[in-house]
Amino acid sequence: MNATSVAAADYGLVADEPDQAVIRLSDARKTYRTGSMEFEALRGVDLQIQRGEYVAIIGPSGSGKSTLMNILGCLDVLSDGDYRLAGHNVADLDSVELAKLRNEEIGFVFQQFHLLADLSAVRNVELPLIYRGLGKRERRERALRALERVGLADKTANRPGELSGGQQQRVAVARALVGDPALILADEPTGNLDSTSTRDVLALLDSLQQQGRTIVLITHEPDVAQRAQRVVQMRDGELEELSSPRSHAAIRSGIEVAR
Amino acid sequence: MSWAETYATAWHAIRSHLMRSLLTVLGILIGIAAVVLTVGLGLGTQRDVSAEISSLGSNLLIVTPGSDTDAEGMRGGFGTGQTLTRRDGQALSSQVTVPDAESVALERESSQSIEAGQSNWTTTVTGVSGEWLHTRSREVALGSFVTEGSVDEVVLGATTAEELFGTTVVVGQTVTIADNSFQVVGVLAEQGSSAETDLDDAAIVSLDAMSSVIVGGTSSETVSTIYLKAASTDQISAVKQQATALLLNLHGITQPDDADFTVSAQNALVGTATSVYRTLTVLLASIAALSLLVGGIGVMNIMLVSVTERTNEIGLRKALGAQPTAIRRQFLTEAAMLGLTGGLLGALLGIVAARVLPTLIGSSVVVLPLAVIGSICVAVAIAMIFGVYPAVRAARLAPIDALRSQ
Ligand SMILES: Nc1ncnc2c1ncn2[C@@H]1O[C@H](COP(=O)(O)OP(=O)(O)OP(=O)(O)O)[C@@H](O)[C@H]1O
Ligand SMILES: [Mg+2]
Repeated sequence: MNATSVAAADYGLVADEPDQAVIRLSDARKTYRTGSMEFEALRGVDLQIQRGEYVAIIGPSGSGKSTLMNILGCLDVLSDGDYRLAGHNVADLDSVELAKLRNEEIGFVFQQFHLLADLSAVRNVELPLIYRGLGKRERRERALRALERVGLADKTANRPGELSGGQQQRVAVARALVGDPALILADEPTGNLDSTSTRDVLALLDSLQQQGRTIVLITHEPDVAQRAQRVVQMRDGELEELSSPRSHAAIRSGIEVAR
Repeated sequence: MSWAETYATAWHAIRSHLMRSLLTVLGILIGIAAVVLTVGLGLGTQRDVSAEISSLGSNLLIVTPGSDTDAEGMRGGFGTGQTLTRRDGQALSSQVTVPDAESVALERESSQSIEAGQSNWTTTVTGVSGEWLHTRSREVALGSFVTEGSVDEVVLGATTAEELFGTTVVVGQTVTIADNSFQVVGVLAEQGSSAETDLDDAAIVSLDAMSSVIVGGTSSETVSTIYLKAASTDQISAVKQQATALLLNLHGITQPDDADFTVSAQNALVGTATSVYRTLTVLLASIAALSLLVGGIGVMNIMLVSVTERTNEIGLRKALGAQPTAIRRQFLTEAAMLGLTGGLLGALLGIVAARVLPTLIGSSVVVLPLAVIGSICVAVAIAMIFGVYPAVRAARLAPIDALRSQ
């Protein structure tokens, strides 16, 4: 795998044509099957996100936020409906193309972190770069820098089991940043953080957005949602646009309603 | 991901799951050692048994004068004719005409009374030539064997020695056979009795002593029996054919039915030997197959469990952009490393045990290179198949499904 040179532009995810939607979901449906039981977690979601946008998704627990995020990150497939990422119909991409897309263009922060327990923090952060085919030294350098940005310069050798929950979450954030992805999908990236660390991570996301990255963030906290330009709300598998203006009160009330 | 990267990843995974890796290696190791040992023990037993059977004479051919195929045309009667000569024996000893015969012995027998001081004892005196001891699977217990061509040396069977002297320590004594004096140069090791004769009641002289001193007369070239020993029971029919063709030719007989001699094998023994070999071979093959199967299932089990446990890891690696090839390679390399380590250590253990075991249980163990290499290949193949199969299956899942599995 020597595809280091495949640029973000290949997938058109970088904000060079701001009028075109990078994410375009139409009538997206996702049905989970557990034995004979069926559960519709997404019931016809329509969502468009422009390049460089910063979108927060709020909504009560179990409303389908993570499900939506997994679809956006190409980790799961829709049961019905259409998902276009930078103009490509995701259903048409084969597993190799999808792997490359995830590796180079998408940075994912999982709600449950999903760090490999046997690897030190820095090795966990390096993982995406290994699959990009980068050399050892460059990988290590970039991983260390990413860990520094999330304030974990002194914990690089620790394994996940030797880190606090908040520290693990920051390792997961560092792993999402390390490959300089065009699209960052973060599922509750500040859920376990104190106010200082939260502020640092949010500042990081802000600066990434200023570089032209597209950011989608799931959160429960009004202060966090308030950082975004745009807030949408999930409710029982349906998506509802909240006030576009950055009105603190509107978002707060949205969250109140969501709870 | 480069191969170097793949090795590093595999090695790291093996090291960080040290216990599980050791167990996998141990499972493979024991399986391989068991195969090497059981096959070795089986082969060793087969060899021991086959040596035992050959010593009974299963690979012995007996040439006697007269024909047993043509009742009316028996020239001189079965066994009493004088159609076999020393010349026949010499011809049969040739490596060119009878290449599959290992050794040849000539005999001429005569019943004689042997005297030693006051006592005397009537027994069969046999004049022998050629490699008699080897051919008849006998050994000298005391002293030496009679020299070819000597006319005053005799070797006694244990029974004969007892009857004449009351002891078997008789080397150096003198006996008289047909008014000729013979010095006892050796005593044969006891052989026990066959169905009709006491094999230890014997007196052996050289064929020259028998022909010229004991019986004398005109027929000094005559022999009564020629024994041919084949290298193994398998070669017995080849030797039989070669010997028959040669003797027909020497005797100027064109029709095999007119033969004035009989070449016979101890058919019952040959039959027994063949069926014992067949049984042993089947036994051996089944034991080897069974131990491979058991070892293989053990390896399969460990690999299946350990890779399935890591579905989560596979999901995460995929989510971060690992191509299916990279996943396959990682698990292939890991499984090959474990399989090869276990295989080599197992072979080593098996070989060491094959050295040590014979001294403990007294049965021989033959290390068959084919069994060693074959079982290593099978172990590595099984480890790879069952290490890679669940990995490939997991890599086919949507990343989120693999991630969610516990
Ligand atoms: N694999 C699955 N099989 C069956 N049902 C599932 C599966 N994953 C999620 N669900 C169901 O789908 C619904 C949406 O789940 P999802 O994880 O998207 O919620 P969420 O909005 O992220 O909630 P939270 O805020 O608690 O993380 C839930 O009712 C959940 O039980
Ligand atoms: Mg969730």
